[in-house]
Amino acid sequence: MKTTTRQSMNRLPTRLRTAALSAVLLAGSAASQAQELVVSAAASLTNAFQAVGQAFEQSKPGAKVTFNFAGSGPLLAQLQQGAPVDVFASADQETMNKAAAAHLIAAPTRVDFAANTLVLIVPATARAKPSQLGDLTGAAYQRVSTGTPATVPVGRYTANAIETAGLTAALRPKWIYGESVRQVLNYVTRGEVDAGFVYRTDAMIEPDKVRIAMAVTTTTPVRYPIAQIATSKQPALAGEFMAYVRSAPGQAILQRFGFSKP
Amino acid sequence: MLTPLWLTLKVALIATFIAGAVGIALGWWMSRRRFPGNNVVDAVLMLPMVLPPTVIGYYLIVLIGRNGVLGQYLDRWFGINLIFTWQGAVIAASVVSFPLVYKGARAAFEEVDERFAKAARTLGAGEFEVFVRVAMPLAMRGIAAGLMLTFARAMGEFGATLMIAGNLPGKTQTLSIAVYEAVQAGNDQLALWLTLVISVVCISVLVVSSRLLQARH
Repeated sequence: MKTTTRQSMNRLPTRLRTAALSAVLLAGSAASQAQELVVSAAASLTNAFQAVGQAFEQSKPGAKVTFNFAGSGPLLAQLQQGAPVDVFASADQETMNKAAAAHLIAAPTRVDFAANTLVLIVPATARAKPSQLGDLTGAAYQRVSTGTPATVPVGRYTANAIETAGLTAALRPKWIYGESVRQVLNYVTRGEVDAGFVYRTDAMIEPDKVRIAMAVTTTTPVRYPIAQIATSKQPALAGEFMAYVRSAPGQAILQRFGFSKP
Repeated sequence: MLTPLWLTLKVALIATFIAGAVGIALGWWMSRRRFPGNNVVDAVLMLPMVLPPTVIGYYLIVLIGRNGVLGQYLDRWFGINLIFTWQGAVIAASVVSFPLVYKGARAAFEEVDERFAKAARTLGAGEFEVFVRVAMPLAMRGIAAGLMLTFARAMGEFGATLMIAGNLPGKTQTLSIAVYEAVQAGNDQLALWLTLVISVVCISVLVVSSRLLQARH
């Protein structure tokens, strides 16, 4: 037993070295052949941007788009910590404003490329659907989910809509906060919460598991800005990707996933 | 800033108690019995230590979630919901930290000389009395070390806790999750403070417990 352990211990460094070397070689050859673009995008863009990325790669052989999806706030925090990202797309203006204030983005490249709608959803198994925000104060809705307002745009849109409806105090004990809009969607599909606030495009991904109860009017429209990161080493490719997102084929893909024009 | 600290201490203490009771009992039982599949049972009991906490979290969601294998009955019969509660955090921390006390207790019981137990039996002691009055005192050092590590592990638990109990400030937001949120929100100063607090508490726990252990010998 002991001998085997020692043998494998001896073998391990060689194996590690080989693995590290091949990784470096692979990365090197990839860099020389393909141009890689890293795009940090809001979680609600996950499915749509994966499709846009594939179409962009097909239209431009040799280009490779790598996506980093998360809540807009966490993505901003990564940028502030110096993450090597080329393009940033957030689900609200506020996060992008913070990025601009910190000089993280190349300001002139900023542009809105899509719009969305905030909706209130319930699990497909729910017996009733709320027809107005005030219904959420009822006993049937013990747990209501949205994004963490400090970092996740959907949480901020929700908080503003709830405040406008004068329900902030009444709903305070019911909130279950998610790290991104997709976590909120997950909570609702599992039935762990009784209702949740997501974007229409998220609800469309799980048509069998969630039902849209109502569209929610937001104080500011849900519009997605995109911008090139100031420190990007691929500004030309970043520009091409952003142009593709706004082009007719790019917009057609976004609309297929339920996004509207900004 | 103190709320996450108290919550963390409460969760870790109760989790240590639960994991300790189950771990010591199973450690004793496994140290006495040899049966076919012994190693498989041991491996299953050690699983929470080697599996990623997110996998444990997923198992727990499937098990005790509102529509989970057990969770649907807890909900239907007793109206108990463990997801998004601090009790859920206790369950996550107990499961993840359990192997530390189990392994420590089992090793300590195996070190206890069988002759002492035999002597106690010839003097008329039952199995339970042998356990409480002979095995436990002799294995105390190993068990205490296991409990100490269990507590430290429970305090630092993050992955499974986030999946089970979520991140509800004041309700389920433990120190490790508060640090995560502070970093995500770009609130470096708060993150630094919370990090200092958890470091100081953990160092104190380790120093105090190792002093206690030394004092006994």
